[in-house]
Amino acid sequence: MAHEHKLEIFRGLLKFKSNTSKIWGVLIFLSIITAVEVALGITKPKMLTGNSFLGMKLLNWIFIILTLVKAYYIAWDFMHLRDEKSSLRRAIVWTPIFLVAYLVFILLFEADYVYTVYKEGFVKWNF
Amino acid sequence: MDSSVTTASEENVWGGGNKPLNASYGKLMMWFFLVSDALTFSGFLAAYGFSRFKFIETWPIADEVFTHVPFFHGNFPMYYVAFMTFVLIMSSVTMVLAVDAGHNNKKTAVIWYMFLTIIGGAIFVGSQAWEWATFIKGDYGAIETKGGRILQFVSAETEERVALDDFAKEIASERTDHERKNGVWFFNEGYVPSYTVNEVAAGLKANDDVLIRTEAIIQEGEKEGEKTVLSRAASLEKMKDAALVVEGANLVRNEYGSRLFADFFFFITGFHGFHVFSGVVINIIIFFNVILGTYERRGHYEMVEKVGLYWHFVDLVWVFVFTFFYLV
Repeated sequence: MAHEHKLEIFRGLLKFKSNTSKIWGVLIFLSIITAVEVALGITKPKMLTGNSFLGMKLLNWIFIILTLVKAYYIAWDFMHLRDEKSSLRRAIVWTPIFLVAYLVFILLFEADYVYTVYKEGFVKWNF
Repeated sequence: MDSSVTTASEENVWGGGNKPLNASYGKLMMWFFLVSDALTFSGFLAAYGFSRFKFIETWPIADEVFTHVPFFHGNFPMYYVAFMTFVLIMSSVTMVLAVDAGHNNKKTAVIWYMFLTIIGGAIFVGSQAWEWATFIKGDYGAIETKGGRILQFVSAETEERVALDDFAKEIASERTDHERKNGVWFFNEGYVPSYTVNEVAAGLKANDDVLIRTEAIIQEGEKEGEKTVLSRAASLEKMKDAALVVEGANLVRNEYGSRLFADFFFFITGFHGFHVFSGVVINIIIFFNVILGTYERRGHYEMVEKVGLYWHFVDLVWVFVFTFFYLV
């Protein structure tokens, strides 16, 4: 069969002996990330909620980055994009990333504007 | 697939039969579908972000809404959702193992791993149904003001939520149920809240240790990020704006806060739950096909790989829903 599996993750830092053990390895990694997310979500350390970077709380940055990390490993190892041709991989990954980044940028910017109108524009909505 | 025979010499790249990008037709089409479906979910989540940014200072705090675990009483923020996330990741793993076993043509292993995947999916869908039921039922009850804002009640000492049941005063009223025998054109009476606004107002007046908590999130200082609790005098004053008693959630109003919150909860988790459900159904079909030996006769288990892609996608979407609906 022509099923070549690339068996290393973390840019070759960790190389597994078989595809099965790679799957379990990725599972452990994803579980750890989820556990960290939940722990942070429950404790909400003041240091992370109090400080922000580019207008967003550090805690939320951490959540979003960890989510993207999880998404990467699900797509690359579970959906075996790692084993596909790079042209297919790029077509699948960059198309939605471009469109979603665009959509999110417009919508959040607009929402923030609407927020300021509600707040400062003499519109009474909380009566 | 090596095992499928193609007469490659007479074909050009786009003439069919060939495999552009080294992926078969079916697999490529599955990816087309997944990319478009990903955009649909992104649309939902972006719309959620829009509404949330619009009402950034009054949006409900997810930690305070999803605090239930089946069979246990108490306050367990996020635990159950974390469990659901883990179940879905776990069933994703059994799915990859099924695909892997398929590549090695191990029929029994594929059957078992598919079976475990289906079980995982069923647990997840069941959990989501339970979560919906709990969300719709609500637990404390709240008041809606004339302006459509939600007022919740807390204990003065602990600032913990107080249910309407605990303080509302029963006032005898002349209200009687309309029954079929009295009606010419009879409709069943719709849902009526357990208490009237007057009963809640009287209860608030009678209990000195109950305060009102508004939707507004404190923006700075010691209690940043928490909801505003009014003083006793301000609570009694605010109660004059009360218009409705709200218990639980529906598509119009909910006791948790902003109306859009429940709408997005139903639409996003509902759309995702529908995907999981259809994924389970497709998995069951493939499961039986594997048992019947369809793919063994075909010589390859690519079909398992294709439903596997769909199943992982469902997991992938949940990772984002978990973050943006429950965590952030």
